[in-house]
Amino acid sequence: MKLMTCPINGPRAISEFAYGGEWREPPDPQTMDDRRWADYVFNRNSLPALKREWWCHTPSGVWFIAERDTATDRIERTYLFPPDARPAPPRLAPEGRS
Amino acid sequence: MSRLPQMHGELIDRQRTVEFSFEGRRCQGFHGDTISSALAANGVQIFGRSFKYHRPRGLLSAANHDVNALVQVRTAGRSVPNVRADVVPVEPGWDICAVNTRGGLASDRLAVLNRLAPVLPVGFYYKAFHSKRWFPRWERMFRHLSGLGCVDLAAPRRTTAKRYDFCDVLVIGAGPSGLAAAVAAAEEGAAVVLIDENLAVGGSGLYARGGDDHGAALVRALSARAGAHPRIRILTYTYAAGYYADHWVALVMRDCMVKMRARSLIVAQGAYEQPAVFRGNDLPGVLLASAAQRLLYRHAVLTARRVAVLTANSEGYAAALDALAHGAELAAVLDLRPTPTARSRAAADELARRGVRLHFGVQPIEASAQSSGRLACFEYSSAGTPRARHRLDVDGLWMSVGFAPANALLHQANARLSYQLALEQFVPAWLPEGVYACGKVNGVYELSQRIDDGRDAGACAAWQLRSGAARARQSAPASEECPTHPYPIFAHPKGKEFVDFDEDLQIRDIENACQEGFDSSELLKRFSTIGMGPSQGKHSQMNALRILSKLRGEPIEQLGTTTARPMFHPVPLSHLAGRGFTPERRTPLDAEHGSLGAVWMPAGNWRRPEYYAVAGQSREQAIAAEVAAVRTRVGLIDVGTLGKIEIHGPHAAEFLERVYTGRFANLKIGMTRYALMLDEAGVVIDDGVVGRLAAESFYFTTTTGNSATLFREFGRLATWWRLSVGLVSLTGHYAAFNLAGPAARAVLRAHTALDLSEAAFPYLALREGLIAGAPCRMLRVGFVGELGYEIHLEAEHALGVWRALLAAGKAFDIRPFGVEAQRMLRLEKGHLIVGQDTDGLTNALEIGAPWALKMDKAFFIGQRSLRILERQPRRQQLVGFRLGAQATARPKECHLILDHGQIAGRVTSVGFSPTLGCCIGLALVSPKLAAGAQLRIRIDEGKQIDAEITRTPFYDASGERQRLAQSA
Repeated sequence: MKLMTCPINGPRAISEFAYGGEWREPPDPQTMDDRRWADYVFNRNSLPALKREWWCHTPSGVWFIAERDTATDRIERTYLFPPDARPAPPRLAPEGRS
Repeated sequence: MSRLPQMHGELIDRQRTVEFSFEGRRCQGFHGDTISSALAANGVQIFGRSFKYHRPRGLLSAANHDVNALVQVRTAGRSVPNVRADVVPVEPGWDICAVNTRGGLASDRLAVLNRLAPVLPVGFYYKAFHSKRWFPRWERMFRHLSGLGCVDLAAPRRTTAKRYDFCDVLVIGAGPSGLAAAVAAAEEGAAVVLIDENLAVGGSGLYARGGDDHGAALVRALSARAGAHPRIRILTYTYAAGYYADHWVALVMRDCMVKMRARSLIVAQGAYEQPAVFRGNDLPGVLLASAAQRLLYRHAVLTARRVAVLTANSEGYAAALDALAHGAELAAVLDLRPTPTARSRAAADELARRGVRLHFGVQPIEASAQSSGRLACFEYSSAGTPRARHRLDVDGLWMSVGFAPANALLHQANARLSYQLALEQFVPAWLPEGVYACGKVNGVYELSQRIDDGRDAGACAAWQLRSGAARARQSAPASEECPTHPYPIFAHPKGKEFVDFDEDLQIRDIENACQEGFDSSELLKRFSTIGMGPSQGKHSQMNALRILSKLRGEPIEQLGTTTARPMFHPVPLSHLAGRGFTPERRTPLDAEHGSLGAVWMPAGNWRRPEYYAVAGQSREQAIAAEVAAVRTRVGLIDVGTLGKIEIHGPHAAEFLERVYTGRFANLKIGMTRYALMLDEAGVVIDDGVVGRLAAESFYFTTTTGNSATLFREFGRLATWWRLSVGLVSLTGHYAAFNLAGPAARAVLRAHTALDLSEAAFPYLALREGLIAGAPCRMLRVGFVGELGYEIHLEAEHALGVWRALLAAGKAFDIRPFGVEAQRMLRLEKGHLIVGQDTDGLTNALEIGAPWALKMDKAFFIGQRSLRILERQPRRQQLVGFRLGAQATARPKECHLILDHGQIAGRVTSVGFSPTLGCCIGLALVSPKLAAGAQLRIRIDEGKQIDAEITRTPFYDASGERQRLAQSA
């Protein structure tokens, strides 16, 4: 079984992770025309390449980005979203500041 | 039992005898014997019958590489099929017989098939039995004729534990190179696991001796070092069944499977000795030289009195010396090569000195059998006298003509292999990171070189783990001789030269398959079934490739090999089967439902009461009575399977506004609102209720089936949108039930001090308070269309509160109700169930709930797509329909709606409403039909009935009953 490195929990078996789709630049629904919007909703680029993907470490609920080469299934690196985010210490109480 | 004097290093314990029977005959072996070695010691020559022609077969590899020695073992009430006699240790009391014979091994009635061979060409089944009508009959016949052992249908179910293990370096194969690799890696500090499929370590280093003990002593010393090293764990009688990503290797042991995660992997699996292909090469008595040596040195058994060695390498000469050293009469050494190589020379001279006849340039003609079926003589021609037909009367013919590397795991690990002509074998040309190969699989055959190669592989693996950088492997030394003959294949006009012993394939089967166009390695395999038997081509694939290469006139390198997928050896299903890892979920009230007579149904991962059985009532009557209880008095349903989530934080309202179509920023604290969720395409995917606990805290529900995936998706959305929220899943933590019916308030009042008056706790309000002493969260919702309180509370209090409410409800004849009654109650109210009344294409505009879509919000998921859809004609529309009270024919869910004979929709929900006394339902239909007054429904057996389109809700259209206080 493959291993994946969760930015918080370290290397874990791939069965602990769920795939959340390719990370794509969020479009602005207000300015985007219908055709381009439909393209965003329905079409995915399936060409094998180094992709940025959403992955979730399901037991802990950590969502992060994995850069994965879909031709070789090699995971190049993983990091929290947004890329400059630092792992936060675990909290018990809900966050109080924005 | 005939045994040689004690061998140094033998595996048997001569003090402990093992009594067993084979085909009804009493036999005796020693502790440490495999079934095969014990049979050989008892003089048994014929171990089984072949798969297709039922030819007598004997020992071939003694190493689990062939299926000649598959047996059925009956013991203590169990009957185990297809036991691999070559490797399974025999145990006292076993009643063993050959598989797939009629009337016993010696007089198998199916042996007649051997004479039918000429009319059973390759691809015979494909060509002759393709008629659909007759196939089941043929299938039964062939399953009877061919097939292997018998499955014991009365066998008890055995659950086999899976174990998980970890190591730095996993060394597969404990022959000389594997032992050396393990010791080298451990001495560099790595934690090593060394496995071997045999009962003891040492591999060929302990049995391919060449008549002296020098090499074996070296290997024994190495074994001792490995055994004594604190960082080496040795697992014998264990094989690596498959390689999976990131060095995860399935290890199969006698009683369980171990999933081993290694940081690096050294494949030292050696090579399978390959048979020569000539007429009669499958006769009992014709066996691989390595098989004879295994029996000799491990079990002190000599399988024949008078032996000839057919060879093409120095390993064959060594085997001849081993035969001589232990008292066999050596009739001749027959070398396929024109002259011995330098590496064979010394042994050849020694043999000549001891008076052994040596023939070179030998061409086998045929081996023939005596009446018992076992080998009687071997005929051949030789280079000196190519026309003369030599004949040797022997009862043993040892073949040592070449090897095929055991590289299945390397293939699975994505190694690239290339064919080396100097060795006539595939060797690794490129290995993935952390994977190493050494010894014969790496093309190294000489003992001291194998040990060197292993030591280097082990040191490299450990170095890489420690430093993180790869170190180049030392290059393999040039071989002094080619251990494998390029074409040990000798056709005979009358055939019966077996290429594949599992599937009884002869040379001409391969030729015919090629002639018919199946002339690539992959097609050849599928058409002829070569390599598809239980031994997976271990002894047949290379010879088939050599024939194919010759027929096509192309080098083997270009043909490529077939993919060697897991499993490496067949694995007992009991090792693979396990407990399911999707447990059924049960609510905290599960046991209580059981005692109330619940009849269960699955709902997502959960089980829920479909209804509560009542003595003397049918299912329909019981459900109708539950519906009536809610409509006229009061009922209680467990809804604890709903997804239950809390969201906290400054952006909590913002988050809900984006996720759901409704408005939540202006939701008052202590109030709830219906919530509808869409995907980006505007398709309805979930619904629930959102309640506001505080300015920055909400409590909301999702449908049962979506709870886990949606909670996860909410986490992703919060991350993506960078909203400051915390999400807490309370689905398993909280129980929930819905108390509904005109008397609900009166029942609740008995156990709470909370003000339940209409003014204090209005419709859609959310309140927190104590019920029967337990802190609860109450939502006044109206899914079933009556005055109702959805009570959410910590699971530990669920049973007490549930029982308290049922007790208080006794005065009102309260009734627990199940999912079916709830479905009817909500249908009477026209409430849709997402996933039942909608499908993966139903968008929010089609479900008739425009009030739920706040299109003027800044954003919600699916809003942009709805804007586009709004401008387009509708594809379908959800409508309600009813049948006349007298109608007897009932539509079912998914029955089609017809418009002039064309499909124009389908029924999504339907049932007989006990409240209304007629059949009602929901249907997704074309907009044209939705605008009309009637629907034509095609029901069972093609009948068509008409239904009247009705506005929903069917019941209490004004919503008065759920909204207003009833005086109960």
